[in-house]
Amino acid sequence: MLLRTAWRRAAAAVPVAPGPTTAPTRGLRLRVVDHATQSDVPSATATAPQAESELRPLYMDVQATTPLDPRVLDAMIPYLVNYYGNPHSRTHAYGWESEAAMEHARQQVASLIGADPREIIFTSGATESNNIAIKELESAIQPDTSLVSVMTVNNEIGVKQPIAEIGRICSSRKVYFHTDAAQAVGKIPLDVNDMKIDLMSISGHKIYGPKGVGAIYIRRRPRVRVEALQSGGGQERGMRSGTVPTPLVVGLGAACEVAQQEMEYDHKRISKLAERLTQKIMKSLPDVVMNGDPEHHYPGCINLSFAYVEGESLLMALKDVALSSGSACTSASLEPSYVLRAIGTDEDLAHSSIRFGIGRFTTEEEVDYTVEKCIHHVKRLREMSPLWEMVQDGIDLKSIKWTQH
Amino acid sequence: MAAAGAGRLRRAASALLLRSPRLPTRELSAPARLYHKKVVDHYENPRNVGSLDKTSKNVGTGLVGAPACGDVMKLQIQVDEKGKIVDARFKTFGCGSAIASSSLATEWVKGKTVEEALTIKNTDIAKELCLPPVKLHCSMLAEDAIKAALADYKLKQESTKGEAEKEKK
Repeated sequence: MLLRTAWRRAAAAVPVAPGPTTAPTRGLRLRVVDHATQSDVPSATATAPQAESELRPLYMDVQATTPLDPRVLDAMIPYLVNYYGNPHSRTHAYGWESEAAMEHARQQVASLIGADPREIIFTSGATESNNIAIKELESAIQPDTSLVSVMTVNNEIGVKQPIAEIGRICSSRKVYFHTDAAQAVGKIPLDVNDMKIDLMSISGHKIYGPKGVGAIYIRRRPRVRVEALQSGGGQERGMRSGTVPTPLVVGLGAACEVAQQEMEYDHKRISKLAERLTQKIMKSLPDVVMNGDPEHHYPGCINLSFAYVEGESLLMALKDVALSSGSACTSASLEPSYVLRAIGTDEDLAHSSIRFGIGRFTTEEEVDYTVEKCIHHVKRLREMSPLWEMVQDGIDLKSIKWTQH
Repeated sequence: MAAAGAGRLRRAASALLLRSPRLPTRELSAPARLYHKKVVDHYENPRNVGSLDKTSKNVGTGLVGAPACGDVMKLQIQVDEKGKIVDARFKTFGCGSAIASSSLATEWVKGKTVEEALTIKNTDIAKELCLPPVKLHCSMLAEDAIKAALADYKLKQESTKGEAEKEKK
C-alpha cells in the first residue's frame, strides 16, 4: 500500500513535457526518447515509467500481462522503423518484405502447435479470436433503424465528401450518420458536433501511428447504441472486449496529438508539393487526366491517368518509388478500381491510373525525383505502346473493333 | 536491479534505432516476387520494339486484345520468299508481364518458318518468364498475337497470289 502511494507520488512528480514547438517535426522516426531531455516528446508519454534511479516493484502479475522479451523487441523494431510497408501492398518491395515477415511468423506459430500455416489466421488478440470461433451469421437490421455511412476522404482519389451537409440532412431526418475518417483524421479539420457525426472510424497507421490499433467514435448525446462485435471481459465499456494494447494505443494517442499541432503546417506544405507534382507532370506530358473533383480534394492523394500507358508497367518502370495503381493488373482479381469506375472513368484510363501519396515526411527532392522518373518512363512506355502509335497516326481508338480475350 | 535492466534495454533499443541503416534503394529494385528479373529485363533492355511497314506484302500484322481489358499487343513479322521469318517487331499496352511476353514472342519467331512459328505455345512463354498464375493470360495473348500476325501474312499472300493469277489471264 505504502509502496503504491509512494510510486503514484513519484509518477505525478514527473514533469509534463512541453509540446513540440511550432517548427516542423521532421524525422520523428530516429528520435531517441530520453527522459532527461523531454523537450519535444508529446505529452502522452508524461505518464511513462519514472527515471532509472528509482526502484520499481517486482512484477508478479503475469496472468494480467507479461513484459516484452528483449528478443521479441529486437524482432519488432525493424518493422517499426525501416520495413514499414503494408503487407497487402502488391506493387512494391515494402509490401513484399512485410508480407514475407507475416508468413514467417505464421509458420512459427503453426510449428509450435503442430499445425499447417494455412490453418493460422491473425487477429487483434485472443478475445477476437474467441468471437470469430463462435460467432454465427445473423441479420441485425431492424426495420426502424437506418444508417448512412460515407467515407470522409476517399483513399484512392482523395476526394472530400460534403460531410457537414450530409450530417445536417441525417440529423434532420433522425438517421444515424457514420463516417470512415481513416484518411481524414489529423489531415483536415473535423468536428463531430459541427458535422453532426454519430459514429466515426479512426485508423492508427494512417496518421503516422502504429499498425494494429484503431478507434471508433460513438456519440453519447443523443446516445447511439451499438452492439458489441466481440464479448469477453467487458473492456472499453462493454463495447469492445479484449486487452487494450498499451504500446499501440500510446502510439495512436501521440500520433493524434502531433497531428493536431501539425495539421495546418502539413496541409500548406503538402498542398504546395502536390501542386508542384501535378504542374510539372502536366506541363511535360500530354494526355494526363487527374481523377477526382479538383476542388473538393485532399491534396496529399493525387490520382493521375496516363493515357496509352498501362498502370502496372509504369509501376514496374518506377521501381525505386513505392506507388500504387488503380489498374486491374495490380489487383488480385484483375478488376480495375471500382472507385474509378464509379466516377465514370473510361476503362482504358482506369487501367492507366497511378496514385501519388504525399505526406508529412515527403520532401521536395523526393517529389522532383518521382516527377522526373515518371515523365521519362511514361515517354518510354508510350514509344512501346500501339495505342499511342495509332493516335499519332490520327486513328480514333474508339472506332476500332478490338478482339476480346 | 530491474531498473538497471530496463535502462540497458532502452539504451540497446536506442542504439539499434540510431544504427538502423536507411534501406539502400538497390535492394528495393527488381525483387524476386512480382517482377521477375527476366520480365524487368525485357523492359529495361528492349529488343524488337517498333513497327514494320504494314502495307508491305511480306509483313503480317497481328493486333489483339482491347484497351478496356488493359492489354493490347501488336506483333509484326517480316517473311522472306522461302517462308522464313527474318524480322519481327512488337508494341504493347499492358503490364510488365504482357510487355515481356510479346517481346519474347518476337525473339522466338525470328529465324523460324511460318509453320514452326505456329507451334509456339503460351505455356512455353510463361515457363521461360516464370510468370505467376495470375499473369498466364499475358502469355496467351502473346500466342494469339503470333497467330494473328501469321494469319494476316497468309491472307496477304493468298490475295497477292490471286492478283498474280488474275494478271496472267
